[in-house]
Amino acid sequence: MATLEQSAEGSETPDGDGVRRRDFINVAALSFAGVGVVAATVPLITQMAPSADVLALASTEVDISKIARGQAIKTSWRKQPVFIRNLTPAEIAAARRVPLSDLRDPQSLEDRTKPGKSNWLITLGVCTHLGCVPLGTDEGENRGEYGGYFCPCHGSHYDTAARIRKGPAPLNLQVPEYQFLSDTVVQIG
Amino acid sequence: MSFSWAKPYEPKSAAMRWLDERLPLPRLVHGAVGGGYPVPRNLNYWWNYGILAGLFLVIQIVTGIVLAMHYYSSADGAFNSVEHIMRNVNAGWLLRYAHMNGASFFFIVTYIHMFRGLFYGSYKAPRELVWMLGLVIYLLMMATAFMGYVLPWGQMGYWGAQVITGFFSAFPLVGEPVRVWLLGGYAPDQAALTRFFSLHYLLPFVIAAVVMLHIWALHIPGSGNPTGVDVKDEKDTLPFHPFYTAKDGFGAGVFLILFALMLYFAPNALSHPDNYIPANPLATPAHIVPEWYFWPFYAILRAFTIDFILPAKLWGVLAMFASILLLFFLPWLDKSPVRSGHYRPLFKRFFWILMIDILALGWAGGSPATPTVVAVSQIASAYYFAHFLIILPLISRFERPLPLPNSITESVLHGEQREAAPIGTGRKAGSTAA
Repeated sequence: MATLEQSAEGSETPDGDGVRRRDFINVAALSFAGVGVVAATVPLITQMAPSADVLALASTEVDISKIARGQAIKTSWRKQPVFIRNLTPAEIAAARRVPLSDLRDPQSLEDRTKPGKSNWLITLGVCTHLGCVPLGTDEGENRGEYGGYFCPCHGSHYDTAARIRKGPAPLNLQVPEYQFLSDTVVQIG
Repeated sequence: MSFSWAKPYEPKSAAMRWLDERLPLPRLVHGAVGGGYPVPRNLNYWWNYGILAGLFLVIQIVTGIVLAMHYYSSADGAFNSVEHIMRNVNAGWLLRYAHMNGASFFFIVTYIHMFRGLFYGSYKAPRELVWMLGLVIYLLMMATAFMGYVLPWGQMGYWGAQVITGFFSAFPLVGEPVRVWLLGGYAPDQAALTRFFSLHYLLPFVIAAVVMLHIWALHIPGSGNPTGVDVKDEKDTLPFHPFYTAKDGFGAGVFLILFALMLYFAPNALSHPDNYIPANPLATPAHIVPEWYFWPFYAILRAFTIDFILPAKLWGVLAMFASILLLFFLPWLDKSPVRSGHYRPLFKRFFWILMIDILALGWAGGSPATPTVVAVSQIASAYYFAHFLIILPLISRFERPLPLPNSITESVLHGEQREAAPIGTGRKAGSTAA
């Protein structure tokens, strides 16, 4: 027995120190199992990301021919509200008058609208603070101190270009990707 | 575990002996909540609330399981299934109201349990892990309660989900992708509802598991007591059963009466009418407000209105998380060796100021964000952090505590030696005892 043990020891650690063959096998086997465990978590985590049917609702077409000057509508894109507003000349002028240095999130009206269509202000109706729907699309709703939108949850005021002017929200109402398919139809997303 | 004089389990019947030899479950129960667990003899009624929290956890799990037999987690059907439970299911109204108010009662007794721990220094060595495991339970409770509130798919729950998942979007770069991942969409919808239901069903069992760790960690040093003095010998303790099973049983009876009063006479007093309107992704309620047990944290969230290096929104979210994470460090922030607030005159005063501060935060969190309310929440939030980070460390350094009793027995029997002593010698005997 003693001779057997000695010979086994000798074959694994010829110099008496350093990494033994068995240590290497242990580390390699555990690492391989570890990689397997990590790989197995991938489907468990990605299953929570938006599914194909949610992503399939990623674009929507809206008829804007019925929106008169000064009016706004609320529509839905990706289950989120979208505001489409036909600005009056006075509102456009008010938005242009504001120096960019006065803004928390500096953007001009031109940055936020399409060239030649600066009366069409299309934004998400999601307050950039904590995601409430601001008021101001319907007749008689509170439009805030700057005549745009007002979020009732924590009191954020947006101006006529839907830029944040007062309150806790950090950013302007987000402008989604959109394009005019014709003068009366806009595709969002 | 526990003290040397703890009575070992002795099977009373052949059947129990047979079981104990094969699976020592009776022994475990005897040592944990039976005659084999010695408890300080001087516990007052503030020590009832741990058991009461356990009672309400059981009520929540039992009512929750039966509600899940009738509820469906579909965005089209969830609201109607809750109404179906209320109107059609036999005793459905009772079970749902019990579950709804049970959540509030669970938080009431847990808050009292936590404030008990704060006053009597229950978080101090050697019970730091008991305190920290308790905080883990508290965090799990908050997650569970939040997700449960979303399940009826009413306006307030829906917009609560929108606001709370919106916290994550405050973090730069990763925030928005994390929010979309958590919701499984761009706004709360079917995917979010189903996963909330799944997790709402899972987490109470996780809570139950952490409760076992909490009790296990507690039973190593044994329960604290109102004097904060360590147990010295057998005279200082009583077996848990029958002494504290009886005392806890009485407290449980009182709380079940209060629970029944709430259930039968004011079942919706702690809820919001808006949650009886089906969720509408295109219209926000005029005044979004969380359930009452989140108000203090909601006030801290809203207290930040100015961008300072980081956006105000991120500060609010960070402060809100910090207000709870801070408590994990409490055993090292309060270094005073005296546990009980009864022997700490300065600490006691500031403890009550903190209680008032938390009430002020709660009031501010439940009110619409007018300038006065925001100002109150700012002052109260600042004081909350100052209490734990500045006042408490300073008190523990400069305070002169009152003299502690020599033992639990002595503190309980104060004056009895004097009463029993012969006339004329009583005062002297009493003074040595005190």
